Amino acid sequence: MAAKEYLKLLGIDVSPFAIGVHMALVMKGVNYEYIAEDLSNKSELLVSSNPVHKNVPVLIHSGNPICESLVIVQYVDEFFTGAGVPSILPADPYERAIARFWAAYVDDKFFPAMAGIVLVPTEQKRVQKVKETSAAIELLEEAFTVCSKGKAFFSGDSIGYVDLALGSLLIWIETIRRMCGLEIISASKTPRLAAWAERFGETAAAKKVVPEADQALQYGKKLQAAVSAAATSKSK
Amino acid sequence: MASDELKLLGTWTSPFALRVQLALSFKGLSYENVEEDLKNKSELLLTNNPAHKKVPVLIHNGKPVSESQIIVQYIDEAFSGTGPTLLPTDPYERAIARFWAAYVDDKLLASWLQSFRGKREEEKAEGLKQTLVAVEHMEGAFKDCSKGKPFFGGDSVGYLDITVGCLISWAHAGEKLYGFKIFDADRSPLLNAWMERFGALDAAKKVLPDADKLVEYAKMRQAEAAASASNN
Repeated sequence: MAAKEYLKLLGIDVSPFAIGVHMALVMKGVNYEYIAEDLSNKSELLVSSNPVHKNVPVLIHSGNPICESLVIVQYVDEFFTGAGVPSILPADPYERAIARFWAAYVDDKFFPAMAGIVLVPTEQKRVQKVKETSAAIELLEEAFTVCSKGKAFFSGDSIGYVDLALGSLLIWIETIRRMCGLEIISASKTPRLAAWAERFGETAAAKKVVPEADQALQYGKKLQAAVSAAATSKSK
Repeated sequence: MASDELKLLGTWTSPFALRVQLALSFKGLSYENVEEDLKNKSELLLTNNPAHKKVPVLIHNGKPVSESQIIVQYIDEAFSGTGPTLLPTDPYERAIARFWAAYVDDKLLASWLQSFRGKREEEKAEGLKQTLVAVEHMEGAFKDCSKGKPFFGGDSVGYLDITVGCLISWAHAGEKLYGFKIFDADRSPLLNAWMERFGALDAAKKVLPDADKLVEYAKMRQAEAAASASNN
């Protein structure tokens, strides 16, 4: 008799990477246990499940750990299939390649630029990060037009891979707006993404998973304080 | 049935372009190889990869795919009936392969490049330290993935073999240039043996560039960099 499938997600509430995995699991309608980690005091389970990076998110499926958010989302998509179960990636190989390209762009270009706005120690570096973020979001605005083909989401009528990758960052886009007044997505500069962001927030999965922006704000302030403290002690 | 037209935009020194060539070679696919001049990028490259303007780009029947790992997965999926299957069939093994593939580019390659390209000695030293950590992890990955067989993919070459295999010629060139052997026999005996084994395969030999030519190329680039630094 096969062992009962048992899913555990190790994450932190405000991690965009954990939010993406969370939402994928909700979309698939699978049951799982969520364990909120304290990254300043990592659990034995986290460290032993992800010895290479010692970071969240980690999905543990029947004792087998899977790490790296985009790898986990693809795993969830490939493992949980069947009649009535929504797909996260499209079926066509070319469309899959395009979806993977833009999700990688969000992770490798957009996210580091955006995170840099609050994390870099100097004003000069911050200005550079703002420029990079602007350029990246402009490209994503164009990508949305091409990918959505006039529909509500990057994936069409319902959310998919790229929607998850970018959508899980919306809470931090809002946090950056509160922290430094910068509007990364706005009705004037990126009208399509602004409308998409509202629709994303209204989906059942987002409503279930995404925490209040206030939580991210508290976390963001702590990160920024740590960066300033490090910069100050370095210059002494 | 229309015949497939495959065009690969790359450079002979790019390990990322080589990664795609290896995939095409192991799958037994024909393609047109277009050598780009990165100091004078072609219109074809700029229009087909406007986001990054980088090689490699695979153009399949006029439609472009960019980013080497994405291209390799595309080749495997679009040509699933041709040649061997590169990614494992089991979803968990696929996840493991993708995890390590991401690690190769984000950690192993990144720290190795820093160890000889870093601007200051301390940057280079840090790069070397991180490279040694990464190699240790990769050696463990090989052990876990191969399960005693000759390749990451088991009995035959798979996704991870191709992902790491594109570094082989530069690994040999790096040893001649800097005296540092990335997959050294003492530190990483499994990877050391795997490297020789992979490099001896016909499908690999067909596309792997000559390490001595890479050494000449690297020396030429170093001389150019030194010349422009002294002119400033």
